[in-house]
Amino acid sequence: MLRGWRSDEDFRDEIESHLALEAERLERDEGLSASAARLAARRRFGSVSRARERFFESTRWLWWEQWRQDVRYGARMLRRAPGFTLVAALTIALGVGATTAIFSVVDAALLHPLPYPDADRLVSVEDDLRSVGASRVGMSQPEWLDLERSGIFDQISPAWYDENNLTGGLEPRRVRLMSVAPNYFAVLGVAPHPGRAFEPTNRAPGFTQEAVISHGLWQREFGGRRDVLDRSIRLDTDLYRIVGVMPADFVPPGRTLEERNVDVWAATSFYGPPMLDHPPRSGRNLPGAIGRVKAGLTLAEAQQRVDALVASLTRAYPGDYPDAAGWAIRLEPLKRTVVGDARQPLILLFAAVALVLLIASVNVANLLLARATTRARELALRQALGGGRLRLVRQLITEGVLLSALGGAVAAAILVASRGPLLHLIPSSVPRLTTVGAGWRVYAFSTVVTLAIGVVFGVVAALHVEPLGLMHVLKQQGRASTASRRQARTRRALVVAQFALSVTLMVAAGLLLRSIADLVRRPLGFAPGGVVTVRTRMPYPNDVSIDLYGTPAQKERFYRELLRRLDGLPGVARAALGDSAAIPLDRPARDLMLRPVVFERQGATTPPTLVERASVTPEYFDVLGMTRLRGRLFTDFDAASAPAVAVVNEAMARKFWPGEDPIGRRVKLTRTATAWTTIVGVVGDARTASIDDPHVPQIFSSLYQLGEKHIAVLVRSDVEAETIGDGVRAQIRAVDPTLPVFGTEPLAAIVTDALGQRRFAAEMLALFAATALLLAGIGIYGVMAYAVTERTPEIGVRLVLGASGASLVDGIVRDGMRLAAAGGAAGIALSLGAGQVLARSIAAVPAHDTETLFAVPVLLFAVALVACLVPARRALRVDLLAVIRHE
Amino acid sequence: MPTKDDEPLDLLQGTLDLLILRTLIFGPQHGHGISLAIQQTSDAELLVEHGALYPALQRLEHRGWIAGKWGTSANNRRARFYALTPAGRKQLVRETTKWRRLARAIGRVLDTGPTEG
Repeated sequence: MLRGWRSDEDFRDEIESHLALEAERLERDEGLSASAARLAARRRFGSVSRARERFFESTRWLWWEQWRQDVRYGARMLRRAPGFTLVAALTIALGVGATTAIFSVVDAALLHPLPYPDADRLVSVEDDLRSVGASRVGMSQPEWLDLERSGIFDQISPAWYDENNLTGGLEPRRVRLMSVAPNYFAVLGVAPHPGRAFEPTNRAPGFTQEAVISHGLWQREFGGRRDVLDRSIRLDTDLYRIVGVMPADFVPPGRTLEERNVDVWAATSFYGPPMLDHPPRSGRNLPGAIGRVKAGLTLAEAQQRVDALVASLTRAYPGDYPDAAGWAIRLEPLKRTVVGDARQPLILLFAAVALVLLIASVNVANLLLARATTRARELALRQALGGGRLRLVRQLITEGVLLSALGGAVAAAILVASRGPLLHLIPSSVPRLTTVGAGWRVYAFSTVVTLAIGVVFGVVAALHVEPLGLMHVLKQQGRASTASRRQARTRRALVVAQFALSVTLMVAAGLLLRSIADLVRRPLGFAPGGVVTVRTRMPYPNDVSIDLYGTPAQKERFYRELLRRLDGLPGVARAALGDSAAIPLDRPARDLMLRPVVFERQGATTPPTLVERASVTPEYFDVLGMTRLRGRLFTDFDAASAPAVAVVNEAMARKFWPGEDPIGRRVKLTRTATAWTTIVGVVGDARTASIDDPHVPQIFSSLYQLGEKHIAVLVRSDVEAETIGDGVRAQIRAVDPTLPVFGTEPLAAIVTDALGQRRFAAEMLALFAATALLLAGIGIYGVMAYAVTERTPEIGVRLVLGASGASLVDGIVRDGMRLAAAGGAAGIALSLGAGQVLARSIAAVPAHDTETLFAVPVLLFAVALVACLVPARRALRVDLLAVIRHE
Repeated sequence: MPTKDDEPLDLLQGTLDLLILRTLIFGPQHGHGISLAIQQTSDAELLVEHGALYPALQRLEHRGWIAGKWGTSANNRRARFYALTPAGRKQLVRETTKWRRLARAIGRVLDTGPTEG
């Protein structure tokens, strides 16, 4: 209903009319003169201006004025109980702070991983071969052009991540290069500054010989100088001209940290040298593409149209798209592609931190309830004096919000101050780390959470304001003010809930830690200790005539010369070479390392299957300490000119030749290979491909025969990594001074990093669990301490009547432990469910673990026992005389 | 007139609201009339401060318990008349019950002495 405000004037008229009526009455009934009657009427009315003031308050300013009163009053209440305020505010700060911190990561990495305009329309375009169970198999150039002409996308550009050698500076550098179509930046809707992007419609064969560089490379290699534009650089010995610099805050989309740290972009039409003039439809040498779906098309509609296109192409080119392959093109939201593996641990952490916040809030609610009891008389009195119940509830909510705002402010201050160190805790594989913590969404989230828990506090406290408070309090006048049963029950229930949640968190943390301990303890199958890895890379010039490493023989010469020199280095026990896949566990995006293998079966060939493949020199297995099971390993005679040979691991033998001897079987290691490769030996399984799974099928080829250009040097020595790194660098330079040397790292560190994200999740979870346990301990302490205070008279009387101290302590502790036991039992039940979820979402995590399930309750009871004993012992020190006098 | 140790009682805010509602049950009345009625029906025990009456009326009107309308008084003066709304009637019943319970309870406490309760 709409009631308009009355005007001040209207109100004045009413008062005037009252004064006239009263004067008239006085004249008539008490015989006063007209003027005396008017005066008397005014006197009896009191202050007219005061009445108008009150009228004014009661209308427009009522709400504001009362609110200010509430705040003032609330602040006074908080100041009056500094201990309570401090504990409550710090508890809230802990909960809100931790939640905000994790939310800021979730916000940047999960919710807004793509800082581009209209990012919802960006997709990653992936080719799958469904019938052979292969995904992201790559796209061919004709397919890309078909998609471009399909009318489904505004823009679509392949994105081919590669390393490159940047030369011309002080020393050769390895840079991360993205080969893209000239319209790549238009797909994303971003532009270089300073400088310009590529000419989007340029479709000349080969590379455009223009380069756009990252802000980081500009600063590192060119000192951030403006004259970098139009400068010439050599990438893999080809000449390029720098035409643009991307802004500092631009992060390209990518599945891996490497792909998000691109240094240089080069544009190409993906045909013509160095690529094929007429790339075949079945070539699939483009890894994939990113596209911007046309406005007005939903993702599902776009996918439908892509499916239709695929169907018609399959019909048109049956030779390129055999039914047995099940070719399909999948549009994946680019957001999902970028977030990738970071998703699960972040969601897990967010759930955990939300639980911590819940527990912290329960603690504060408990404290507030205890106080509400002691304040029962004050509240009842205010109610009796005409303060409506609603007004009281509002007062309590104001106090709750004040308290939570205080905690929220403390949390914000701590977070702002410690942003840097906190960011270091997060593994660098999480996308968009640099933007974590900034932005209004994080502030809004934190504010909403803070206000919400404040309101909840107020409501919880208000629920316990008796509707007829005065009566209640008057009835209890004779005794010490006592909490109502309802309040006590609520507080005990809250403590039980706290313990249940803490147990759940602790069990989850225990399971994760357990899985890491297991992974660390289980044999790797290879020995990383004392092995140092160093990387180098041979250029792939677009102009093949200047390629010094074009033929297998040229590469072999380099490998053998380098190995000869490395063997002479002081401190080196054994040195081996391999391609980049040969470094164990060094795979940011594992599926990129899968390569197609064709098998010979009854004289025919199978469709290609993706298998882990590494190329290595004969010393490799010895350097890594892998064991030969059958046949032979590589020798120096397995050269480029000798018949091609391969070694498989046991898992590969079991999977592809079950019950048979793989030795003597033949495979093809590339799609284009004409000659067969014969399997000559089997090595034992090792966790080189995956730390979780020791039985990943792997095939090793001879580096001399396959001749890879991305080279890993693996050296076993007893000298420290840095010294070895310098020695290896010098030897590589001695063979070819134009090659970049990078990535010197002990293998042990790489193995540790492989556990990085999981370790981060486990450590954070453990931290949260410890916090939760501490909070739960404080919670049970609070309830028991309060119960003891409440029962002080009773305890006193019992002591006087000769009850033994021990039996009293026993009773109190028993009471507390009952709560802990109830919470523990509920928690165990909850954690069985949580364990299932964990085990499903993270590899190698057990769904339950007897030791954890045993250890957690023990820890819980220990904490609960301490928390109960302290107040129980205090009960024994009750001043008997004081108690009796009080009664 | 009341004697010295029998001074009129000051009204608590909540109580004044109740009395206003109660007075209006006999039909619409202006502010002056309401104050007179309360004074008379309470045998001059309850003295309504005129200055406090109008903000109270304003408050009750704001809550929708009474509705005000300008009209003409018995002796032909312009005055604002207040009438009980259906919501006000309900509120009166609620408040009356509550007040009676409270009064009974206090009465019992005061009458029975310290041994009980």
